[in-house]
Amino acid sequence: MKYLMLVCVDGPFEADPSELDVQPWLDEMHARGIRLTGNRLRPASDATTVRVSDGDVLLTDGPYVETKEQIGGFDIIDCANLDEAIEVASKHPIAKFGMIDVRPYWAED
Amino acid sequence: MTDATGETVNAAITTAYAQEWGRIVATLIRLTGDWDLAEECAQDAFATALERWPRDGVPERPGAWLTTTARNRALDRIRRSATEASKLKEAARMAELGDDRVTLDDFPDDRLRLMFTCCHPALTLDAQVALTLRTLAGLTTAEIAGAFLVSEHTMGQRLFRAKHKIRHAGIPFRVPPAHLLPERTSAVLAVLYLLFNEGYAASGGTDLVRQRLTAEAIRLGRLLSTLMPDEPEASGLLALMLLHDARRAGRLDAHGDLVPLEDQDRASWDRPQIEEGIAILERALRRQSPGIYQVQAAIAACHAEAPDAAQTDWSEIALLYSELARLAPGPIVELNRAVAVAMADGPLAGLDLVDALTQSGQLAGYHLLPATRADLLRRLGRHDEAAHAYREALDLAPAEPQRRYLQRRLTDATAATDGR
Repeated sequence: MKYLMLVCVDGPFEADPSELDVQPWLDEMHARGIRLTGNRLRPASDATTVRVSDGDVLLTDGPYVETKEQIGGFDIIDCANLDEAIEVASKHPIAKFGMIDVRPYWAED
Repeated sequence: MTDATGETVNAAITTAYAQEWGRIVATLIRLTGDWDLAEECAQDAFATALERWPRDGVPERPGAWLTTTARNRALDRIRRSATEASKLKEAARMAELGDDRVTLDDFPDDRLRLMFTCCHPALTLDAQVALTLRTLAGLTTAEIAGAFLVSEHTMGQRLFRAKHKIRHAGIPFRVPPAHLLPERTSAVLAVLYLLFNEGYAASGGTDLVRQRLTAEAIRLGRLLSTLMPDEPEASGLLALMLLHDARRAGRLDAHGDLVPLEDQDRASWDRPQIEEGIAILERALRRQSPGIYQVQAAIAACHAEAPDAAQTDWSEIALLYSELARLAPGPIVELNRAVAVAMADGPLAGLDLVDALTQSGQLAGYHLLPATRADLLRRLGRHDEAAHAYREALDLAPAEPQRRYLQRRLTDATAATDGR
């Protein structure tokens, strides 16, 4: 099953840089054939919201919904089931400082 | 097939429902992966039994008959919908599903998988409890709604969402692997104990509904301890529930007020059930792997075994509370330990522990903290301070029966002060 991991942080936090090193996690998940792709994301202040109304493209600077939580990155993972996805997410370094949403794909492709 | 009167047929169906519902649903979930289909087909099988058994007699093995009937029904429904390409995967399962040579005895007990899946921590606790009652115990949505004082619609939505999450989020239908087992077993035990306490608490729902919940919790506890014979905490929980439930008849007075343990009529306690609970506990304790349920059951056993309140082994109970505080530290456990210590070593020893707890501020706003303090002060003859603490407890007490009890004590303490 494929899942989208949304890696979120809840405002600024303090951490030793070594604790935030995501490379060991990436290495493990690639070696296990779990992580398909992913990336860090620029902050919400760099976001543009796009809507279409009566054929007009309407743009807004910044995210549509302002929340304290920021999506800092995402990963697409392919796991046997939710238990494995939970294990993968819990090993991500940001899980200790922020939170990770694990969202299943709508359907298998 | 045996000839049967209407009454024996009805009894056979009721028994089969209690014994076989969870097994049939669990088996069909494993075979089809579809929770709604599993429940509907189990329902259909019982409806068919209601129709056929009075005419044809009760089958020799009602469980096998019902499972086969439900399985055939599922097979029919999958065949009919299997024309779509997307359903071909399900059609592949039909071989196993349709194999009549596979009898009930060949199936592993799928109810254990079902328990773990219902109690998966990715579901809310409310949903875990509701799913357990629906799929394992076979309560209807309306019955579960009645037990938790929500509308049938709300409960239906809760069950619907939970089943869909299991399916779409990929919650596996399995007994978890060894590295997850301890944590997930705790979750299952917590759900069963919550179920029991919902039924045991004197608030909410009718008596009938509450008794149904405690009975189902005990029944599922028996099942779990049979299916996990190497898990002493499963037996510990079963023993705990049996021991508490054995005192049910003495717990409430004619007005429905709680009777404190020391004032309960011990002749009203269910002795055979107490003996069963103690025997189960002793077998569990021999495994030398104590846990919170075994220790709580041991405390309940101390109370149950005492011929009267005065002969209760409070030193043993105080020790057990120390053990419980080590396994599951928390202010409520500490308060209970203080009460036991006061009974074993005198009120002053208990008061020291209560005062430490008060200073920690952990139970601020909890009426039993000043109420306990008041009782200890009263026993020490410090009536002024006792009256003050009773007033504090009265201000915090949530329900009328507790308030009546505290008011009586306050009146006594005030009288003692005035009479000095």
